[in-house]
Amino acid sequence: MHEHFAGAGTAAPDFDPRLRYELAPDVALRAEPFGALAYNYANRRLTFLRSVALRELVRALSGFETAGDAVRVSVPPDAQPSYMSALASLAKCGMIRAC
Amino acid sequence: MISPTPLTQAAPALDASEETDQDASLVEEDLLVEEISIDGMCGVY
Amino acid sequence: MPAEPRRLVDQLALGLDSPICLTWELTYGCNLSCLHCLSSSGRRDPAELTTSQARALIDEMADMSVFYVNVGGGEPTIRPDFYDLVGYAVHSKVGVKFSTNGYTMTAERARQVAAMDYVDVQISLDGVDAATNDSLRGQGSYVAARRAMDNLASAGFANFKISVVVTTANVEQLDGFANLAASYGATLRLTRLRPSGRGAQVWNRLHLDHRQQVLLYHWLVDNPGVLTGDSFFHLSALGEPLAGLNMCGAGRVVCLIDPVGDVYACPFVLHDDFKAGSVKGEGGFAAVWRDSPLLRSLREPQSGGACSSCGSFDSCQGGCMAAKFFTGLPLDGPDPECVKGHGTTLLAAVEPDRVPSPGAGHSVPVTFRSPRRARVAV
Repeated sequence: MHEHFAGAGTAAPDFDPRLRYELAPDVALRAEPFGALAYNYANRRLTFLRSVALRELVRALSGFETAGDAVRVSVPPDAQPSYMSALASLAKCGMIRAC
Repeated sequence: MISPTPLTQAAPALDASEETDQDASLVEEDLLVEEISIDGMCGVY
Repeated sequence: MPAEPRRLVDQLALGLDSPICLTWELTYGCNLSCLHCLSSSGRRDPAELTTSQARALIDEMADMSVFYVNVGGGEPTIRPDFYDLVGYAVHSKVGVKFSTNGYTMTAERARQVAAMDYVDVQISLDGVDAATNDSLRGQGSYVAARRAMDNLASAGFANFKISVVVTTANVEQLDGFANLAASYGATLRLTRLRPSGRGAQVWNRLHLDHRQQVLLYHWLVDNPGVLTGDSFFHLSALGEPLAGLNMCGAGRVVCLIDPVGDVYACPFVLHDDFKAGSVKGEGGFAAVWRDSPLLRSLREPQSGGACSSCGSFDSCQGGCMAAKFFTGLPLDGPDPECVKGHGTTLLAAVEPDRVPSPGAGHSVPVTFRSPRRARVAV
């Protein structure tokens, strides 16, 4: 656990929509009526994904060549900036990572 | 390479009518992802 | 079609299909007899879950995707199968944080725990010095806790927790606790004293007065890295909300499983009125969490009752159900420590014989005529 914590202080690299992303390996994504809960067992961070669409986007993420593609395909144009920001938040707290 | 499957059929994202019914704050990023401390729930010790 | 609740807490107050985390008291046995023990621990109960039953419960938690379990007691490490169960939980992707008085945290155990993934340790401490701490927890308990912390630090265990119940006896020591935690690279956790378990007997003299509550609130605001288990949401009426969900999680996102497998809404209401069922029943824990009439009633929208006309209700949610229950106050009214003073007025009218009793529980009789040596863990 302490080996994991050694990395907790270092900031995750900034979200880059040109990269492919996946759910981070130590993360559990639990579906909920409002969207999902995501828990990272290694850094003990808990996030609430507050829409079903965001949950499905995250689940399907690794199937797209880039995170940007995933958002552009799945989300109406008006909502894309906020979903892109949502992915950036998730990357920042270690829920998703570039792969 | 995996062909991406559009999500719009499998799990509809926001559609135009939802956006007009709800105010702009629905699409604000800080409502889509909310972080809470795992220790931030009352009822455990 | 009704609009989705806009605030996350409004959504969570309706309850989830599985808890996010929960408290699991492994045993009522304990080598100490802390005056404020909310589980009235001391003697083991003959009906405590067997190792096999405990493993089956862990299997259920894993199936339900419970992320994390807070293990306590009593002193959980006195169970011979303790480390077996912890290992089984983490292997099943249920994270564990366990609370301990530190007596069994030898250098060897500290090394063992430091090597485990997804395990956190919380050492209980209620004073920055032996005089303050031991007056509540018993002679020798301060030294034992400090020794445990030394051992964890030496073993390279990063970021263990030091958990303090805030009382009139230690509320002036907050900076001292913060410095202590910092010296170990540990995280400080402060929690609220409830009039629960043996806490009922010391509540009157140990719970904070208004001035101390204001002091604590501002200290928490100034020290955002300190954990609270969201136990001070009743203080959020004093200004900006404190960190956390700021709501009662009992039965909605968390619950308690006691050593004999009974499920309660939370650890602070060990009383028949808040018993939801038993994991030993037909459908196990999952059935109790989902179908128990008690838990379902907690997930109904709650009326503010006497509090609904108060401008602060949105911030404080009427406070803590356990604090109200064990001081004889109605649940749909102010917290006994309501920062607006509404609880104080009501308390004066409570008839002493109408106050629910936590009962003796598993307490071992204690006299404090002379300094008492805490027994060493078996």
